Amino acid sequence: MKMSDKVPVRLTVNGTSREGRCEPRKLLVDFLREDLGLTGTHVGCEHGICGACTIMLNGEAARSCIMLAVQADGAEIVTIEGLAQAGQLHPLQEAFREHHGLQCGFCTPGMLMTALDFLHVHPDPTEAEIREGISAVLCRCTGYQGIVNAVKAAAPALNRSR
Amino acid sequence: MIGAPLRRREDLRFLTGQARYVADLEVPRMLHAAFLRSPHAHARLVGIDAAPARSAPGVAACLTGEELHRHVRPLRAPSRMKDYRPTDFPALALGKVRHAGEAVAAVVAESRYAAEDALDLIEVEYAPLPAVAEAPAAMAEGSPLVHEDAGSNVLLSRAFAQGDVETAFRGAAAVVGDRFRFHRHAGVAIENRACLADFDAGRGALTLWTSTQIPGIVRDALAELLALPAQSVRVVAPDVGGGFGVKTVLYPEEIAVAVLARRLGQPVKWVGDRREDLLSSTQAWDEIIDAELALDAEGAIRGLRARVVADVGAYSIYPWTASIEVIQVVSFLPGPYRVPHYRAEAFGVATNKAPMGPYRGVGRPVAVFVMEALLDRAARRLGLDPLEVRRRNVIRSGELPYRSPSGIVWDSGSFAECLERAAEVAGYAGLRQEQERARAAGRRLGIGLGSYVELTGVGSAIPVSPGADIATGTEGATVRMEPGGGVTAIFGLACHGQGHETALAQVVAAELGVKVDDVRVLQGDTGLSPHGTGTYASRSAVLGGGAAILAARAVRDKALAIAAHQLEASAGDLEIAAGVIGVRGVPDRALTLAQVTAAAYAGTKRLPKGMEPGLEATRFYDPYLGTASNATHLAVVEVDPSTCAVRVLRYVVVEDCGRIINPLIVEGQAIGGVVQGIGAALLEELVYAADGQLLTATLMDYLVPTAGDVPAIEVHHVERPSPTTLGGFKGVGEGGTIGAPAAVANAVADALAPLGIEITELPVTGERLFRLLAARR
Repeated sequence: MKMSDKVPVRLTVNGTSREGRCEPRKLLVDFLREDLGLTGTHVGCEHGICGACTIMLNGEAARSCIMLAVQADGAEIVTIEGLAQAGQLHPLQEAFREHHGLQCGFCTPGMLMTALDFLHVHPDPTEAEIREGISAVLCRCTGYQGIVNAVKAAAPALNRSR
Repeated sequence: MIGAPLRRREDLRFLTGQARYVADLEVPRMLHAAFLRSPHAHARLVGIDAAPARSAPGVAACLTGEELHRHVRPLRAPSRMKDYRPTDFPALALGKVRHAGEAVAAVVAESRYAAEDALDLIEVEYAPLPAVAEAPAAMAEGSPLVHEDAGSNVLLSRAFAQGDVETAFRGAAAVVGDRFRFHRHAGVAIENRACLADFDAGRGALTLWTSTQIPGIVRDALAELLALPAQSVRVVAPDVGGGFGVKTVLYPEEIAVAVLARRLGQPVKWVGDRREDLLSSTQAWDEIIDAELALDAEGAIRGLRARVVADVGAYSIYPWTASIEVIQVVSFLPGPYRVPHYRAEAFGVATNKAPMGPYRGVGRPVAVFVMEALLDRAARRLGLDPLEVRRRNVIRSGELPYRSPSGIVWDSGSFAECLERAAEVAGYAGLRQEQERARAAGRRLGIGLGSYVELTGVGSAIPVSPGADIATGTEGATVRMEPGGGVTAIFGLACHGQGHETALAQVVAAELGVKVDDVRVLQGDTGLSPHGTGTYASRSAVLGGGAAILAARAVRDKALAIAAHQLEASAGDLEIAAGVIGVRGVPDRALTLAQVTAAAYAGTKRLPKGMEPGLEATRFYDPYLGTASNATHLAVVEVDPSTCAVRVLRYVVVEDCGRIINPLIVEGQAIGGVVQGIGAALLEELVYAADGQLLTATLMDYLVPTAGDVPAIEVHHVERPSPTTLGGFKGVGEGGTIGAPAAVANAVADALAPLGIEITELPVTGERLFRLLAARR
């Protein structure tokens, strides 16, 4: 098999079965963006530091820029496009808006997915825990304060919806 | 409406993954570009064999510098500045490469993967030349020349003088001084640079979507370079993922994709990766500052003198030139203080590093770091409290307007008020007591102050960059009533996170008497907007806000005239509120703006005699001189000598940005700016080896602050509307970054003062701190 031969990738994205064919070397983030048209997941560094590409993979936050699409074959993925349900913003999205947790918006999808994963593990976090938890994603605009406040504010709502 | 902390209207698309950045855009038949970048900092290009790349699968073109520059001349940033040597900036290297990471060739292919594969097939023969990676070496006799035709690496120099500095120093009770160094810094917008060009041969028209802050400037410059009429070039900045000044430059890749799209007859997209960003986006600072401050026995400043040498890297960038950073250092060095005698000279020196350009604060973070460090040294020398020495020198409100020794006029401000208020809200006296207790317990706690004044919303009287041959003093706005009574407001500005769609809508809505939600703001598209240059230099609230007021006022006046005609009332008796024009005191005589708009577009029959149909206005605003914004920052840090870690325990900002349009956005700008400044003070450094290789070309090596590295920032306002701008607005986008390095550096120095340690170099990384402490052990 040649490097450029395409292989099938089947996965569930935001509750829907999706299928595509791509080169084995294709990054998961490029597959999501280019093959599935889900451009809400962003590429910021391609070396796993900035966290802009963070998605939920089988229920846990993962960086889609340092994974191959073929590694995600069979996985269940949630991207930023799947966070709002039936036209209703997720409580975390609402909180980001309320607390000015975003400016340019580029890190926002990865930040939201990371915060979501963090709140699943830490339902009632302290500010220090939030800062530690979201330090996996770089934001260059907000100074993080609005994000920290948003995560703190969203925690009770997420607990209620459990 | 103005002053309300409205939640941002643009947030929805960002929160739901529906924003459209350049990388998200697709145009039919689009191809993808990748750039081959030089591994050498300085080398002659002996030969390039692009044939194997051209025949690689999926490749449409491979272009070298020689070929590209048959179609477009190298960029050259002109300046009216005396003692400025203009130099060429080729879009793809011509003859030689001048920094590691410089683009040498471009491949266009059906995918980015295929384009990058083909890059590996390009054979380039380099003849390495000795590289120079430090400004002092580059200034020395016999240094390798970065631009041979310039005849020197000193691309610019300039001196300022006011009064008699020698006499001021001779009679001084205390003179403090040092050699300061602020190392290279990267902007690191989380969205890397990207652009997409589409040339419509049938119409002879180019569209360039690009992640830029300056669509208007890019449009005008590209039109000239490509010999197209300006009206045939449209530059669109869609959603832009941060800029911080780094995206205020016309970049080689923008020129290259435009040429490639025209030549190939197919759209060409390039999306930079992080390595390319760290290697080839403009960088900041990198200055050595020798500065001395003379004071009398009471602590009043007698004089200040400085010599600043900036490493401007390999190229003089368009449009700002290589002068922008270093000249601002000497222009702003005296800060918000009375400095009767001042002399400073500045040099911009070319080296084999990436070009230096504007970054948030431009020169002023460096200037404020130096001035505030000198004041703390003076306080220690004279046995005064740092707060007290500032009190004795800060320009009082009664002295405004004040002409600074470098010739800038501070129209207004609250320099002393912000200083006092910062001391008050931080509980300064209590902090000093806490510091004493901590010291007694063996903890190293430090308190640092930093105050600045900056010129924002600069009008046509002075160019934003000294001598730059480009008009930066005006902005236009079009305000149009739409059928149904809604409003479209169009600007030449280019938002990249500042919330224009909310803040400018607030300004327009307040002026027109409509709901904020009924105003749609469009910007970042030269095909739609009146002439403008973009968003940089803390100008959008002042210039965009001013133009919005003028245009909205014209529309409002016309709407009132139409309504007066229809209601048979005098326009002076009418008022607009919530989209309804009514006769004051007569509730049943009213028209909705929708009705008035319908009449305006229906034509002469329903309009006052002689009135032109339509309901829109375009107006331009020029604030002429610009207006002063100021703030005091106060940082409390703890240094752990055993780990060399610095923790910022508390951070207070008291700022005056004039009349606040939206406090949520203002505070977001201030906090975000401070965190970049803390990064600059403690973490962020682009490290180059002596051979010009960048050693920090990943985000594992170049450390941007994370949420865990910074505390909550407390922001307070002294709201003193500008007397010189429409609306009373002042700029606020950069200030956070201007004050923070100084406050943090002074706090670290204060913590270590008992050890006799001064901070002269930023960032104070763990390693630098270790060396400072080790030298004292």
